[in-house]
Amino acid sequence: MSETLVELSRLQFALTAMFHFIFVPLTIGLSFLLAIMESVYVMTGKEIYKEMTKFWGKLFGINFAIGVATGLTMEFQFGMNWSYYSHYVGDIFGAPLAIEALMAFFLESTFVGLFFFGWDKMSKGKHLAATWLVAIASNLSALWILIANGWMQHPVGAEFNIESMRMEMTSFAELLFNPVAQVKFVHTVSAGYVTGSMFILAISSYYLLKGKEIAFARRSFAIAASFGLASVISVIILGDESGYELGDVQQVKLAAVEAEYETQEAPADFTLFGIPNDETQEVDYAIKLPWLMGIIATRSLDEEVKGLKDHEIAHRARIISGIEAHKVLGTVRDGTATEQELAQFDAHKKDMGYGLLLEPFTDDITNPSAEAIEKAVDYSIPKVAPLFWSFRLMVAAGFMMLFIFAAAFYYSTKHQITKPKWLLKMAFWGLPLPWIASEAGWFVAEYGRQPWSIAEILPVHTSVSNLSEAQVLSTIVAYSTFYAVMFVVAFYLMQKFAKKGPTLVAQEQAEMKRQDELLAQLDSKEHNND
Amino acid sequence: MIDYEALRVIWWVLIGVLLIGFAVTDGFDLGVGALLTLVGKTDQDRRIMINTIGPHWDGNQVWFITAGGAIFAAWPLIYAAAFSGFYVALAITLMALWMRPLGFDYRSKLSNPTWRKSWDWALFAGGIIPALIFGVAFGNLLLGVPFQYDDILRPTYTGTFFGLLTPFALITGLVSVAMLLNHGSTWLQLKTDGKLHTRARNVSVVLSIVTAVLFSLAGVYLAFGVDGYVITSDVNALATSNPMNKEVSIQAGAWLQNYSKYPWMVIAPALGILAALACSYFSKINRGGLAFVSSALSITGIILTAGFSMFPFLMPSSTMPEASLTVWDATSSLLTLETMFIVACIFVPIILCYTAYSFYVMRGRIKQADLNKAHTIY
Repeated sequence: MSETLVELSRLQFALTAMFHFIFVPLTIGLSFLLAIMESVYVMTGKEIYKEMTKFWGKLFGINFAIGVATGLTMEFQFGMNWSYYSHYVGDIFGAPLAIEALMAFFLESTFVGLFFFGWDKMSKGKHLAATWLVAIASNLSALWILIANGWMQHPVGAEFNIESMRMEMTSFAELLFNPVAQVKFVHTVSAGYVTGSMFILAISSYYLLKGKEIAFARRSFAIAASFGLASVISVIILGDESGYELGDVQQVKLAAVEAEYETQEAPADFTLFGIPNDETQEVDYAIKLPWLMGIIATRSLDEEVKGLKDHEIAHRARIISGIEAHKVLGTVRDGTATEQELAQFDAHKKDMGYGLLLEPFTDDITNPSAEAIEKAVDYSIPKVAPLFWSFRLMVAAGFMMLFIFAAAFYYSTKHQITKPKWLLKMAFWGLPLPWIASEAGWFVAEYGRQPWSIAEILPVHTSVSNLSEAQVLSTIVAYSTFYAVMFVVAFYLMQKFAKKGPTLVAQEQAEMKRQDELLAQLDSKEHNND
Repeated sequence: MIDYEALRVIWWVLIGVLLIGFAVTDGFDLGVGALLTLVGKTDQDRRIMINTIGPHWDGNQVWFITAGGAIFAAWPLIYAAAFSGFYVALAITLMALWMRPLGFDYRSKLSNPTWRKSWDWALFAGGIIPALIFGVAFGNLLLGVPFQYDDILRPTYTGTFFGLLTPFALITGLVSVAMLLNHGSTWLQLKTDGKLHTRARNVSVVLSIVTAVLFSLAGVYLAFGVDGYVITSDVNALATSNPMNKEVSIQAGAWLQNYSKYPWMVIAPALGILAALACSYFSKINRGGLAFVSSALSITGIILTAGFSMFPFLMPSSTMPEASLTVWDATSSLLTLETMFIVACIFVPIILCYTAYSFYVMRGRIKQADLNKAHTIY
């Protein structure tokens, strides 16, 4: 596999996944907010809550359509661009994806149709049930996707089978109850709720600043403020890093996020600011907060967080051990291995993945030079600076939103939402914050997994499809062009309807309906004349 | 519990159910999209057409996504080898499919005629391109696909995109286009009235016959012009999945062997042809419901014919026949097949229930006077 092919495939996956992830958190969050608004409508009978559900639902629909389109790419991309990955771990990884479709995606997609089209076809209660099912299904969908992703970060319940030359599932329960997946699920859906709340808060603030749609905007603002505050607190407290003590790759990721080159005595300090330097393996200009990182990472005061230098030492040993497994892989596979060779394979097979890290640096991974081993050790640790900075970007965006939601909640409980102009302005300009946080968080989780596609089992460069560079390059160009146009179109519609506001949109709708009825009458007259 | 061999056959049936489910449900969405400019003359016609599928296209499309996911889970070797092999074709299909969610939802949100016409053509592409490529892909599976395995079982495809466009594959591609467009027009017969309804009927009368003729032509071509594949070594249906442990030979007429071995399988091609002819008749005498059902049965027969002809093969290799993927050696492990079977047993019936409920809620024809009501938002 050429390095260019590997890099192009990675670039394409990152582009398509990050693009898809612009729309996913908003769907997860808005669906719940719509269900809450409609519940208030059904319980109180106040029409304004129905208008709110319909208007925010319209914006939800624009986002949902592009989310569905870009999701298609994800379902097929593993086979298209990562065929060895699919072959090697499909026995485990395919299951949550298929279950997601059967349990969640069918439910979401069927009832989203009834949500949009069923208003005058269903009773109030049934329509409300449909809306709730959309919200629940979008969360279930996230659950299964994160079970799949959690397994990439911390692969449990699977074993290498020499007869089929791939990983096979040994326990579905372990896959399902993978603690990394659970932590990720809670963190990610909470981030989705924050995104949905921020979206409604920002647009409501826009109306309040313009002095229009006051009744509509106040109610929307209040719901978004309370739901958003609860969500942003949960997203911060239930941070994903609590799953970072599980498994080697998660630990390396944590050390890289904190630019912790040396293992510190427990409890470790948190580097608030600094410039990580991979050359000297030190953090320049570091400002440290004592104890904080030990508490975040281990939830304790006495467990230490291992530094990158110590991880490298451990990786070197495992790479050398992996070489021993690959030396006898051929004879074990063909059934001609001696007992000694079988014993050697059993002793070292857990490190086979580490042996594969040598592939980019040598033609024969069973007999690498000392230099190749050092290169592989170096390669086993992701670059520190991108992780260090994106993590801090995510945290900064999170705390800014905490402040906005806390202030919004405070003023809405005092019924003074329209008063503090600074807050309305801040909430409006804060609109991009949840996306900055989500994309940065996604980057930390996935870039921090490098060089692995499946932690400790399969490196990224072994996973790619044997395609030509030209093929992958052309799909990158084509996908990016389409995605750019699709984004512009969706964004245009979104801001157009958001700016118009619910009253104008409803008026235009009524006008169109009147014109269409006139046309239909004319048409039926023509029919009669025929 | 059920043994490995039986589970492997069950999963062959289940993937078949998902593919048929996709063609019978999302098939009419693809057909309506492709017919948008042909059957829909005015903007109002087109809006009516889009609104008939508005509440359903998304749920229907999940059959496609589920088929993808289920192939990943149950046949990971197929998922890996087929999707990377048909790389360019699948990428084009995906790009065409992106047009649908956006087109359906965005088209009627603005009244600018250029905006709407652009989306009409995007929806046309989103309907016709996938229909064509799915048929071409099935044709290529029957022809055998040039792919090999190396010693770690990494699949490599050595063909090209244009290499897929052989005469036989183009015929199967046209079968797929004709049958899905026909299916779309039977759906429109059910859901519209007036001139639109008449046009849809006329299209069905013709396209059903075209489907039957093209399908018969493909059958004759398959019998006399396409070599089939046969496993020549002993088959151990309980063995661990590894496609390299068998011998395969290429033989003329081998794709017909199953029909002499299991004569009942002839039901599939017969259904494909007869149901299509019935569809034409029912469209002619204005029985939309029966036309729709006949079209669905014809689609079922056509897809089953491809499956029956190849069984136990799923994706034969033309350049390394022993690497051909079959029902016995391309599946996931026993545990995964078992787990997924339980999941399917629980959820497929539930899915069928609420899908039926959603069609029930949205039942009835959409007339011009219905436009811009709450149930015709597109």
